[in-house]
Amino acid sequence: MVAIDVDGVSRVYQKYSARHRFQTFKSALVRGDLFRSLRADEVVAALDDVSFKVEKGRAFGVIGENGSGKSTLLKLVAGIAKPTAGRVTVQGKVSALIELGAGFHPEISGRENVYINGIMLGLSKKEIQQKFDEIVRFAELEGFIDAPVKTYSSGMYMRLGFSVAINVNPDILLIDEVLAVGDAAFIPKCLDRIDDFRRRKKTILFVSHDLNTVEKVCDRVVWLKGGKVMTIGDPKRVIDAYLQDVAAKQEESFARAREERQAVPQTFEEERRENRWGLREVEIKKVTLRNLAGQEKHVFAPDEGMAIELEVEAYSKIKDFVFGIGVFNSQGISCYGTNTGLEDFEPQLIQGEGRVACRIERLNLVNGTYYLDIAVHKKDGYPYDYHRNLYSFLVTSTLKDVGVTRLPHRWEFSPGIQMKPPRKE
Amino acid sequence: MTLVDNLRAVWRYRVLVQNLVSRELKARYRGTILGFLWSFLNPLLLMIVYTVVFGLILNPRDPAIGGTAWLYALYMFCGVLPWTWFSSSAIESANVLMINGNLIKKILFPAEILPVVTVTANLVHFFLGLPILLLFVPIMGKAFTPYILFLPLVILVQYIFTLGFSLLLSALTVHFRDIKDILANLMVFWFFSTPIIYSLKMEALQRVPIVKTLLNLNPMTHIIEGYHACLFTGELIHWKRLGVTLAVSLILFVFGYMVFDRLRDSFPEEV
Repeated sequence: MVAIDVDGVSRVYQKYSARHRFQTFKSALVRGDLFRSLRADEVVAALDDVSFKVEKGRAFGVIGENGSGKSTLLKLVAGIAKPTAGRVTVQGKVSALIELGAGFHPEISGRENVYINGIMLGLSKKEIQQKFDEIVRFAELEGFIDAPVKTYSSGMYMRLGFSVAINVNPDILLIDEVLAVGDAAFIPKCLDRIDDFRRRKKTILFVSHDLNTVEKVCDRVVWLKGGKVMTIGDPKRVIDAYLQDVAAKQEESFARAREERQAVPQTFEEERRENRWGLREVEIKKVTLRNLAGQEKHVFAPDEGMAIELEVEAYSKIKDFVFGIGVFNSQGISCYGTNTGLEDFEPQLIQGEGRVACRIERLNLVNGTYYLDIAVHKKDGYPYDYHRNLYSFLVTSTLKDVGVTRLPHRWEFSPGIQMKPPRKE
Repeated sequence: MTLVDNLRAVWRYRVLVQNLVSRELKARYRGTILGFLWSFLNPLLLMIVYTVVFGLILNPRDPAIGGTAWLYALYMFCGVLPWTWFSSSAIESANVLMINGNLIKKILFPAEILPVVTVTANLVHFFLGLPILLLFVPIMGKAFTPYILFLPLVILVQYIFTLGFSLLLSALTVHFRDIKDILANLMVFWFFSTPIIYSLKMEALQRVPIVKTLLNLNPMTHIIEGYHACLFTGELIHWKRLGVTLAVSLILFVFGYMVFDRLRDSFPEEV
């Protein structure tokens, strides 16, 4: 049985407030169907021909960047907004956790707000009376329930809102990013409740940026981009596709930032003062970052490796020279540094143009942004051309370890310790 | 018919209306020391001010009202109390959808509940002030007559009229915020166009029939006159006039509701 059927749904929003289009009261009242008469340049399509079905008892995830139409989709399923085109059919009672405690009035007590919020969400007064203690206990607000809601902290407010909404006992639960506010103890409780829902064969539509939770909770996932469906299917596959797209976008913005930097010609003095110094007897003319397959990149996965390629030119015959690199993380901590001198290369001669590459087989860095120092100098440290943090790159991976570097390692447990290994990907 | 469906939907949410009205009343006096006493004190203090200013200082002892300052104060109070209900409802309704924009955007429920709650909460205030008025009728030297039994009918007509007007206002103000400012001025004008501080029977009015005709076109005139008939003069309400006012109120209600319904889908993005 299909619980949620979204069939060719589009939703168009006006770019500007409707007010400036209303010339007279008459036009506002006579033409009730204002949306259809709008010109294309005045509207934004929040959703564009979106179709999917959610079977009863399934958890369906919605992912996508900000502004991709996720919340609009949820509002359409909740019935709060109407589709401009297409049809949304929903079987069963819907409860939407779009904004927790949306109806709370600050001046009155938590108790009264539970009643009003519960009724708004579709409970009867009797049902609320039955569930009242459970609602308060779940929200951990036993001592505060008779205090005005304005005295609550935002966490208390959120907990009470969640507790009421989850106790509405709907057939279909819509969740929009509401778990982001809870503390470390409350979120697992909420996730337990959501699991409980799944066990009782209720349908869940789950919108979140927390891809790990989406992967854990959902059976199927849709990825929206710019209001269009990119992929629907198995969570792992859809999330991977989404992450690749995000990485590509980061790559683009990195490249753009770099271009902008290059577009502004700096005087010699400025460069020297800021982030480049040396008299350039040997000059580093260009630095390119590639993965080991040879693609020019700025966003790297650890196992792609990295090649730092330098184009250099010596303007005279020089016999004393060292090439060096340094990697710094965003806090300015040196993660790694080396040079040809430390590794006992003996410089013989450099003259005219040349190329140098430093190939890193595996990029053992944790996720984050990194900055590169590139230099050519004398063995005693006298700089020919020193580039300080002029280049940056990003490391992304699904691994969540922390620190400066990733030490190659594995875990071992004696037979008495029972530990389920992570799912192999 | 959609209007009937809509009304049925509101009826299904009656418990919510009831809870929101009581929330409204509780929230209004939350933090005050006197609490609900203010519902009695506000009209009482108002009555004292009117008695002093219009009864003792200006002293218009028109025989149409009764000739004494006390009676004049009572006459005025009969009109001011229901007028306050009407004007507070209208002014609050103009804002009610915007103030509760959060609800409209995030929770699915019939939005007309909000103006209904506003008008009803103000009706409760009116009811709380009514005992003061009833108390002063004998004190100021008037006797109750059986015609007081028509009072609920007058209140019903005013409720329908106020609700229709409030529905229209609340929906239109979402798109035309100017209405809030227009309304504040309109209400002053409307107050003086209604026989509250004067009587239609005053001599000056008899000499300019055109003004009297204009005043008769104002539905609030006949509603307030209904209160005067029930409580002050102690005579039968003017059936024909109040009947026409009821018809006008119903038309306004249906029209206001239709406008509201028509603009309903635009609320979540405009408030």
